[in-house]
Amino acid sequence: MSEPSKPQGRKFQLPEHLKEYKGIWVIVEQERGSVHSVSWELVGEARKLADKLGVEVGAVVLGADSPELNAICGDAFTYGADVVYKVTDPVLADYRTDPYTRVMTDVVNTYKPEIVLLGATTLGRDLAGAIATTLATGLTADCTELDIYMDNRSLAATRPTFGGTLLCTIQTLAYRPQMATVRPRVMSMPDRDDSRTGRVVEVFPALREDDVITKVLSFIADREQNEAQLAFADIIVAGGKGLGKPENLKLVFDLAKVLGGEVGVTRPLVQAGWTGFDRQVGQTGKTVRPKLYIAAGISGAIQHRVGMEKSDLILAINTDPNAPIFDFAHLGLVGDALTILPALTDAFGKRLSVNRLAG
Amino acid sequence: MHIVVCIKQVPDSAQIRIHPVTNTIMRQGVPAIINPFDLFSLEEALRIKDKVGARVTVLTMGPPMAETSLRKALSLGADDAVLLTDRKFAGSDTLATSYALTSAIKKLSEEETVDLVFCGKQTVDGDTAQVGPGIATRLGFQQLTYITKIESIDQGAREIVVHRRSEGGVQVLKTALPCMITMLEGTNTIRFGKMDDMFRAARYGLKTWNKDTTGAEETKVGLKGSPTVVSKVFVPKPRAQKATMVEAEAPTAEAQAAAAVEAIFGAQPKLADELLARAAAGL
Ligand SMILES: Cc1cc2nc3c(=O)[nH]c(=O)nc-3n(C[C@H](O)[C@H](O)[C@H](O)COP(=O)(O)OP(=O)(O)OC[C@H]3O[C@@H](n4cnc5c(N)ncnc54)[C@H](O)[C@@H]3O)c2cc1C
Ligand SMILES: Cc1cc2nc3c(=O)[nH]c(=O)nc-3n(C[C@H](O)[C@H](O)[C@H](O)COP(=O)(O)OP(=O)(O)OC[C@H]3O[C@@H](n4cnc5c(N)ncnc54)[C@H](O)[C@@H]3O)c2cc1C
Repeated sequence: MSEPSKPQGRKFQLPEHLKEYKGIWVIVEQERGSVHSVSWELVGEARKLADKLGVEVGAVVLGADSPELNAICGDAFTYGADVVYKVTDPVLADYRTDPYTRVMTDVVNTYKPEIVLLGATTLGRDLAGAIATTLATGLTADCTELDIYMDNRSLAATRPTFGGTLLCTIQTLAYRPQMATVRPRVMSMPDRDDSRTGRVVEVFPALREDDVITKVLSFIADREQNEAQLAFADIIVAGGKGLGKPENLKLVFDLAKVLGGEVGVTRPLVQAGWTGFDRQVGQTGKTVRPKLYIAAGISGAIQHRVGMEKSDLILAINTDPNAPIFDFAHLGLVGDALTILPALTDAFGKRLSVNRLAG
Repeated sequence: MHIVVCIKQVPDSAQIRIHPVTNTIMRQGVPAIINPFDLFSLEEALRIKDKVGARVTVLTMGPPMAETSLRKALSLGADDAVLLTDRKFAGSDTLATSYALTSAIKKLSEEETVDLVFCGKQTVDGDTAQVGPGIATRLGFQQLTYITKIESIDQGAREIVVHRRSEGGVQVLKTALPCMITMLEGTNTIRFGKMDDMFRAARYGLKTWNKDTTGAEETKVGLKGSPTVVSKVFVPKPRAQKATMVEAEAPTAEAQAAAAVEAIFGAQPKLADELLARAAAGL
């Protein structure tokens, strides 16, 4: 895709002094030593864009110095970074907006990247909004596609709005850096190349804990809780209002159990108190991208659709052959979910146990 | 304590239709509502008011018709309302929007110091989640996004303890007022307004401010003050194909299920292998 960008004009011309901004950065999101996979997806994407522009990929790794952090810096090279900006300070051990924003603002002003990418996660969206404000530059939210318009070497960031009913392409032409947050699991995970290495630029910001007003009292990890982990599930069995009554949700749980998957639901079920909000899939719930999504008794309203349409394979079960979900599901089954769900549980159970006996 | 709640009037996204020829949004007849995420924040502000006492001011930037959203917020129990409206604000991106809103919050602070600003997590139209962080940064307030619970608030010590959702867990944070908070959806249930608040809301004389009232600089608002340029708006390509219907030999649930399993395994051989391997390993 190489479309002409906007006509020349005041806001469309890059001022001379901003032309020295070069290179594409990804702010690597790590929490307690583990990296969010969106960061590596973005390093892979940055690699492609940087090769188009003929510039370097920089990965910014922030945190308290530790062996885990060093390992993360190494990983950044294997996924495609040329330079790692390793920013360490004890104050950066836990994410807090204020010290992270101060440090990132300084680092950007010092090394002048032309593009800065972050994951559209709770951390990335929190940090990006703050940094774009201190840098007084543009920020495109929650993108699903990135490209370079070669005629003026600008970033074209495409994103959904109005709950996914529209897409728009946004550019930041007269300001630097160009910033964007990108949804997890939209860009593909790059292959590792363990032979790759690169430069490390160490940055010691010399922060003082006393200067930071917000304190982390404790951290309650999800694995210590009973929350549904939909975002990373490979298989999701989801139920909607077509299940009729709360007891029938058990049929969905049974099938999910046989498949080793998670249970998702539509919003009306959460609102009616059938299950907790942590299982809601959709615009105001979770965005998921499993390998298999089985939707039982779900009509396929746009607000649900945007949360699950990126699934690799969608099977929809609905009594109404004209239900909108059949317009975008891959496989459709017209029938009563209340009888088909238990039958599926049986069928999968048999299929999988036969194999176990054979193996 | 003075709390400002920023609310945005948005088209009811459930009823948005796209014009088939021009690919633009058809707003005619689409009801406008308060951005649903803002209601969780408004509710939390009202709970603080109930618990420790506070004046709650609602603020919106938008066209004159956004007044209805402010009246709705008043009917739920907000004390005061400001409509920030000016043609010069049209076309503002989030950098310019947060600047304009901040100019109004600063003006409100001259009357009575603002201790807390609430924003919605994000809107259902623009959907960026950037305005709250922009306001916090401009005001120099502590920024607390994706809050699931306000654990305690101590007016004397000016301290607040909150639970914040992160990707892998929940951070318990303690910070000082003033701060900017966005509540996560589903964290509270929005109240019904009381009868006398409803009457008061209908009669209430709103403050209507423009660029000059708040002293916002012209170069920082509207299209001029917005670094981002929308270069293209388009409707997502519909998936070319409808679902392939699973055909069973007999119309029984068993036959349909068996056919569905074959269809799934046929379409996703890798997934089938993984499932079978996992089953074989006894997982
Ligand atoms: C601002 C906003 C945000 C929203 N956010 C979300 C969100 O995040 N997630 C979300 O899911 N929704 C969301 N919604 C709600 C959304 O618009 C729909 O109302 C919702 O997705 C519909 O849920 P459903 O498909 O379960 O129910 P329905 O639309 O009532 O559909 C039920 C379906 O079940 C079928 N059916 C009935 N009986 C059977 C049976 N025995 N077997 C099989 N099929 C049967 C029916 O044919 C029908 O298609 C939001 C709405 C708004 C306004
Ligand atoms: C198709 C399209 C795409 C866009 N994409 C971008 C983009 O990627 N980047 C960008 O910078 N701008 C973008 N914009 C512009 C952006 O939508 C506007 O700046 C908008 O006024 C504020 O952003 P939001 O709706 O995303 O708010 P969010 O940041 O999602 O809102 C968060 C909260 O801030 C408060 N708030 C927001 N707006 C107001 C208001 N007017 N009055 C009172 N409180 C408010 C509310 O509490 C709200 O819940 C886009 C606009 C369109 C039409």
